[in-house]
Amino acid sequence: MRNSAELTRREFIVKSVTAISAVYIIPDLIPKAVASKPLDVEVSDKTKWAINVDVNKCVDGCTACVEACVDENGLYGFDRPETDSQWIRKLRIKDIKTDKVTTLPMMCQHCENPPCVDVCPTGASFRREDGIVMVNQHTCIGCRYCMLACPFKARSFVHENLTEQVTSAPRGKGCVESCNLCANRIDHGSETTACEEACMKEGHHAITFGDLADPNSRVSIAMQAKPSRRLREDMKLKQRVTYSGF
Amino acid sequence: MDKITFTKFIIDPKIFWSNFILLGVFILIGFGCSHYMELEGHHVTGMNNQIVWGLPHIFAVLLIVIASGVLNIASISSVFDKKLYKPLAPLSALLAISFLIAGLAILVLDLGRPNRLIVAMTTYNFKSIFSWNIFLYSGFAVVLAAYMWTMLDREVNKYSKFMGTFAFGWRIILTTGTGSIFGFLVAREAYSTAILAPLFIVMSLLYGTAVYYLILRIISKFHNTYIPEDVLDNLKKLSIMFLFANLYFLGLYHVTNMYIAKHLDFEIFILSSGGIYTLSFWLGQVIIGIVLPIIILSSDKLCTHLALTVSSFLVLLGSFVAMYVIIIGGQAYPLTIFPDHIIMDSSFYDDVVHSYMPSIYEFGLGIGGVALALIITLIGIANFKFLPTMISSPHSSKPNDKTADS
Repeated sequence: MRNSAELTRREFIVKSVTAISAVYIIPDLIPKAVASKPLDVEVSDKTKWAINVDVNKCVDGCTACVEACVDENGLYGFDRPETDSQWIRKLRIKDIKTDKVTTLPMMCQHCENPPCVDVCPTGASFRREDGIVMVNQHTCIGCRYCMLACPFKARSFVHENLTEQVTSAPRGKGCVESCNLCANRIDHGSETTACEEACMKEGHHAITFGDLADPNSRVSIAMQAKPSRRLREDMKLKQRVTYSGF
Repeated sequence: MDKITFTKFIIDPKIFWSNFILLGVFILIGFGCSHYMELEGHHVTGMNNQIVWGLPHIFAVLLIVIASGVLNIASISSVFDKKLYKPLAPLSALLAISFLIAGLAILVLDLGRPNRLIVAMTTYNFKSIFSWNIFLYSGFAVVLAAYMWTMLDREVNKYSKFMGTFAFGWRIILTTGTGSIFGFLVAREAYSTAILAPLFIVMSLLYGTAVYYLILRIISKFHNTYIPEDVLDNLKKLSIMFLFANLYFLGLYHVTNMYIAKHLDFEIFILSSGGIYTLSFWLGQVIIGIVLPIIILSSDKLCTHLALTVSSFLVLLGSFVAMYVIIIGGQAYPLTIFPDHIIMDSSFYDDVVHSYMPSIYEFGLGIGGVALALIITLIGIANFKFLPTMISSPHSSKPNDKTADS
């Protein structure tokens, strides 16, 4: 007589298939919980994210934007400046002709024709439809060719094991990384980047972020108010980061 | 012409195994270094966010350039139908495949994520010359294997001229691709020029011939291989021609770069004010690597054997320094982000000439790669009939009486 607690082969197969279906298939059939906008909206070229820096408002000695970027993306270094990542840095520059000293933040310039994207062998370095240039941390093989190609020294290579990572900005040892215009924030609906927010909090308003496609956005208004220029315009990279006031 | 016969490398087993173990130890050291760099991250190397390609890339690019150039001998034999070189051709193809594998191994093991090699092999961005090079390099290995087969198997020997020509064309494109890795970098004043592609081709011709000769000399120490005078004379003339071609393209590269107004500062840096880079350029790349070999090879005072040995050794030294100047020197010179401004202060070493001190791990990986090239060659010649029993020619002064079939 068969023990009722024992499974026949048929019962075993039926129950296994049911269990696998329950775990893997059924969730896909149930309509997804509604994601908060704009995560469920595909990135498109109808949005043109950009940054304008008014160098006349950028204060010498202030590093609020740099510190905000470090906190936002967990870019805590190892006190090794040659190998620690820097997504944004402050520069002091002097005009050769007039001797005028200017201070400004320098980050990925989010080119429309990015050399880093052109040279990347795996396509890990890519440009989104909305203009954000970033690195896919899952397909970057760490060849560093993009770092050689970038005219603005905007990229860093993760040289060592990371701790204290921020969940919203995963990073990986052996991969290249750079400013991604706080893609995670703006994809969750934020209208400001960490650096712009910090600059505003300090009351300087030197960094202005926004959508160039919208004529009423902060960045469009800022760029209409003052003439702006791109760095190394001779290269015709059409950067989305522009500078006004120098 | 005497019948060409080929044989395996016949060597005292003790010498074979001692060399095998020695090379094996270096390969293990190379893998160990690579594993340590992967485990700890690249901060244990001398490379950083300023000098992103270092000593492993010098070794890797040099080995790949040599791989292309060492095929010269086979190309001259198959493509240009020089019977003089026929006995030397199979070894030339074996060396090419060995150096190619070694160069690629170093390149892959230095990646930040060597475990993602499968991504590089399956996901391509065809705008990138790197992607094209993945095809060119792996394809070259396949073409070389087929070429060796046509040379060594008499049944398919009739196809060897076709395969030789195909391999010749492939390697010209391959070296063009290697030079273009640098030539396409528009932001770097050292690199943004198409002349780097032909420069790399003439470098490969020179370095490949030098390496081939040195390895043939080492093999002939242990193996009864007589290299007739007319082969030596021919190699000597070829080397002189390649040396002058190198000098010409090197001059052309720097003179044209000077003509580009934006690149003038870089030229002043590398040619006169760049410290270690300037010294390396003039002393290593030009004098040791080109001028001295020309003088030695042109002199009648030394016997051809000695002249070729010394000049090949100097060319090899010069080739390493040349890669150092091109790869490290090109990165050491700072980017011009603000052409009309001076950068006074930066936390990221902008506007600063970068320094680079390689670590022992990078050196270990590079040496491991060289050992890998040599061990593949050793295994190849010990197991397959790559070596001619006697290299002879219609004009050979020494009679050839060993004409047994291979």
